[in-house]
Amino acid sequence: MSVLVYTESENGKFRKNALEVASYGSEVARLLGSSATALSINNENPSQLGDYGIASVLEVTDEALDPFNANAYAQLVADAAAQAGAKVVILSSSADAKFMAGLLAGKLKAGYVPNVVGLPESTSPLVVRRTAFSNKGFANTKILTDIKIIGLSKNAFGVVENKVEAKVEAFSASLDSSLFSTASVEVDKVVGKATIADADIVVSGGRGLKGPENWGMIEELADVLGAATACSKPVSDLGWRPHSEHVGQTGKPVASNLYIAIGISGAIQHLAGVNAAKTKVVINIDPEAPFFKAADYGIVGDAFEVVPELIEKLKEFKAQNA
Amino acid sequence: MKILVCISNVPDTTSKINFTDDNSRFDTSGVQFVINPNDEFGLTRAMWFKEKGGATVHVATVGEATTEPTIRKALAIGADEAIRVDAEPTDGFFVATQLAEVVKQGGYDLVICGRESIDYNGGMVPGIMASLLGMNFVNTCIGLEADGDQATAVREIDGGKETLRTTLPLIIAGQKRLVEESDLKIPNMRGIMMARQKKLNVVPPVEASPASEDLRFEKPAPKGAVTLVDATQVGELVRLLHSEAKVI
Repeated sequence: MSVLVYTESENGKFRKNALEVASYGSEVARLLGSSATALSINNENPSQLGDYGIASVLEVTDEALDPFNANAYAQLVADAAAQAGAKVVILSSSADAKFMAGLLAGKLKAGYVPNVVGLPESTSPLVVRRTAFSNKGFANTKILTDIKIIGLSKNAFGVVENKVEAKVEAFSASLDSSLFSTASVEVDKVVGKATIADADIVVSGGRGLKGPENWGMIEELADVLGAATACSKPVSDLGWRPHSEHVGQTGKPVASNLYIAIGISGAIQHLAGVNAAKTKVVINIDPEAPFFKAADYGIVGDAFEVVPELIEKLKEFKAQNA
Repeated sequence: MKILVCISNVPDTTSKINFTDDNSRFDTSGVQFVINPNDEFGLTRAMWFKEKGGATVHVATVGEATTEPTIRKALAIGADEAIRVDAEPTDGFFVATQLAEVVKQGGYDLVICGRESIDYNGGMVPGIMASLLGMNFVNTCIGLEADGDQATAVREIDGGKETLRTTLPLIIAGQKRLVEESDLKIPNMRGIMMARQKKLNVVPPVEASPASEDLRFEKPAPKGAVTLVDATQVGELVRLLHSEAKVI
């Protein structure tokens, strides 16, 4: 059962999730006693995937494929899977990958399991472990179809170096113009700022901060840490912060290495959305806040005193470890 | 315009999650079921098309008779007619196949689903439907305008948003921001009374095999106690994050 890994690029460079799925895919292939092929689209240096155990890369270079187009990309991945004889296809959990996944599953008549949290529990039959019930549970899911699609949760496996020589081969597929019937008009993206989807650290503020005018220290803390900023649902509902920053069950999921919640009590819906973060820190003046039960580290204290102090200590730490 | 809103019947967001039958099934006892929140945004948008442009709105779900209160709620909110495919929704591929058949039979111009159900979080049903039906598709949709057969949709992307131009027939997967939360429709007494008179068609499933099977469920391991750091010792937190958690 050979494996195809779909790797994402942005501005010609691999996204971090591409290196993670490459690492994961090569390990899955090893468990299956097979090999992994990666599909790379509009990347300047596809042989970089060799650093993560990928020995074979199908390289596509086509201006029509920039920006991302779900239909066309699904067709390419399906064709690449056929070319590589792949029975297992691996995707990340990015917005683009999730957009494409259902289309691809329909095309390949494949069972797709998203939000997978680790290597397969068994390879024959193929059983994978995934989150369910918005991170309030896990499921072991068996994929029943001939071709199987795995969607890997962010940061579930990590980027693992395993140097091999990658053979890069040009690949093209005949992309009918009908595939572009849904077309991008405008992409409006924050540049030069960490995003909740990609950041290793997310700093999040809640109603305990009392008002939007107090977000300066949240942004400064995020700046020091290279973190993305986020907020709780009441904060975005009140219009203190944009909806795009809302994390939780109905907002964006957080799967960063570190999540720092400041002035957030920890409602069950909020916790569901941030459960996948590896290490959770809570700063709250109320020792009874439910978040303390879900966190790894906590400080009971006034955010307006603790956060500026934390910024200072982090600056000192950075100066020492620079 | 003829709109189909696909609805998933899910546990309320505050539900405690437990499993039963040797951890092979979700334990529904004592759980309140609701319209999947992501679908609710779509239903409200559909109502907007009905009020502004005279669209006809149908709702559909795949589920057993126990899902009917949730479908009636969608009718009470203002949908004109409902369809229940009488089958247990075993997996995403099965559900998508059933709903694709409903779309084919009903000849809808616009199909509105939710980004994902908040129970099994598959997020695949709308995409598979689009693929099976050859319809245009926009995922994580946070804005939709339609004029004749031309449509403009906005989708959420990592770190921003993207505006897309497309044509009907179209499937979208909606979510928060598709409509303002304050605009979400709540059934009123008149709506509830009228819903009782509306048609709820029960149709048998078409032949389809599941593509995946959940063998076993598990709750997350209980969390160890939080390590508390004194508010006057903030430097200690920095040390712990560096040398113990190794995240900075």
